[in-house]
Amino acid sequence: MSLVEPNKTTGLPLDLPVEELIVVPRRRYGIWIGIAVAMLFAFFIGRAFATNPAFDWGTAANYLFHPSIMRGLGKTLLLTVVIMAAAIVIGTIIAIMRVSPSAVLQTFASAYVWFFRGVPALIQLIFWFNLSLLFRTATLSIPGFGTVFSVNTNDFMTPFVSAVVALSLCEAGYLAEIIRAGIKSVPHGQFEAASGLGMSYRQILRRIILPQAMRFIVPPTGNEAISLLKMTSLVTFIAVDDLFYTAQSIYARTFETIPLLIVVAFWYLFVVTVMSIGQHFLERYYGRSDRRQENPVIRLLQSLLGSRKGRAQP
Amino acid sequence: MTSQAETRARFGVPPDAMVFARSVRKSYGSVEVLKGIDLTVPKGSVACIIGPSGSGKSTFLRCINHLEQLTGGVLLVDGEFVGYDLRDGKLYEVKDSLLCKRRADIGMVFQSFNLFSHMTVMENLIEAPTRVRGVPVAEAKASAEVLLARVGLSDKASRYPRELSGGQQQRVAIARALAMNPKVLLFDEPTSALDPELVGEVLQVMRDLAESGMTMVVVTHEIGFAREVGDDLIFMDEGVIIERGAPREVIANPKSARTREFLSRVL
Repeated sequence: MSLVEPNKTTGLPLDLPVEELIVVPRRRYGIWIGIAVAMLFAFFIGRAFATNPAFDWGTAANYLFHPSIMRGLGKTLLLTVVIMAAAIVIGTIIAIMRVSPSAVLQTFASAYVWFFRGVPALIQLIFWFNLSLLFRTATLSIPGFGTVFSVNTNDFMTPFVSAVVALSLCEAGYLAEIIRAGIKSVPHGQFEAASGLGMSYRQILRRIILPQAMRFIVPPTGNEAISLLKMTSLVTFIAVDDLFYTAQSIYARTFETIPLLIVVAFWYLFVVTVMSIGQHFLERYYGRSDRRQENPVIRLLQSLLGSRKGRAQP
Repeated sequence: MTSQAETRARFGVPPDAMVFARSVRKSYGSVEVLKGIDLTVPKGSVACIIGPSGSGKSTFLRCINHLEQLTGGVLLVDGEFVGYDLRDGKLYEVKDSLLCKRRADIGMVFQSFNLFSHMTVMENLIEAPTRVRGVPVAEAKASAEVLLARVGLSDKASRYPRELSGGQQQRVAIARALAMNPKVLLFDEPTSALDPELVGEVLQVMRDLAESGMTMVVVTHEIGFAREVGDDLIFMDEGVIIERGAPREVIANPKSARTREFLSRVL
């Protein structure tokens, strides 16, 4: 076959100059079918949401900023922030114990993680709530000095305190593992270089190891914070008036179950969205040494929101 | 605690010795990697340690600033123990704060640079002076700029380590060690992780340092550098010093068969 023979399908000669050859992408029929199916589902779901009167969007909209719902949302946010803060502190301590040279501390930390990660959060929650069944009073007495204080367990183990204690201990188990993995991800040479410069163990952890570990710690910790936000809805079981509990107590009276669940779902989604955006900026901050050029918009935002440069240059 | 003068007298440390090692031993479990090292590095001199891998030369270097603990023997820097105190004929390991203070006087440069990757070059240089010595930031920055100029990297102060070439990173690492005004600089195969064309710039910085009178202990495979810059060449193998002497002499007329064999392979 000669090379100059005209192409039968296009009629173009085969000796077309190289620059004029046209690239035709492969047709992906599977994707087209997928798009069609997805659109169909979206249509049915959308129609169901719009036309089924049981959704009762009007009622949901009325409850959206209802004072009780707002109070419940506030309680949920407060729980999340307090528990997360406590869990980060406990988790960091456990993680440092786990990488310490002492076998006893390592074992203690491993046992902690094993227990608090292994028992379901709901069971831990109810357990702490019922602490008074185990210990009637909490007493601190020093031998030869007498009793410093003694209180009824039920007086301080309020539902809110039980929730904070139970969920932060549980969450710390997960965070300890994340932080430990982050610390391990920092090459040992960084530790040696800092030791060689005369930095103390504490300084090395705080100034050299943890800031570098943050790059690996922040993304999964963001996920943990998001799942913790949702996990706080468990406190409904011990009658803490969080977002979900408040909604439940309203629909128990009014039977507007679906609209109130929609309200609850909306607020959880809203907060999760805000948290995801915050996580994105945190990741950028801790990954700054990985980038050569940054997006000018982000840089502007960062300089407006509390000056990254000011921190970077002491 | 025994005073520095008493320690010197007791072990017969020459007055000009910066690093003084007697019968230094180091074992990992049952494996003995250092089998009694005797070495004196006088102030202002450059000692180059060569030898096959696994000969214990890096371990010995790391013992000098107590990154490794000794199993036995005496190792003094400027007439002082680094990680120990001598009391009642026993060597007590010192507490962290004292160890840090003594280590701060001993600079170390690593094969893999080990720059703090989350900090800019300038932050790398001022971290230890400001945090360990309490030097004011402005003052630390001013001396850091002088050091960067000395290693030829004045324009890189605000860069992050990963934006630099290997040779540039190692020059920053040397400047970082110098920022603490160390009495002695330890180099652990400083050019082994570098591309061949980048070795020269690092060796040049080290040559300048040697000329300025810095005491240096250099574990290296650069025989050429050892011959030109070294005052002493030490050949180690299997945890002992096989041969030592003036570099030209050792390289030209090695006395031991093992030295001869090693040199024939690397030259």
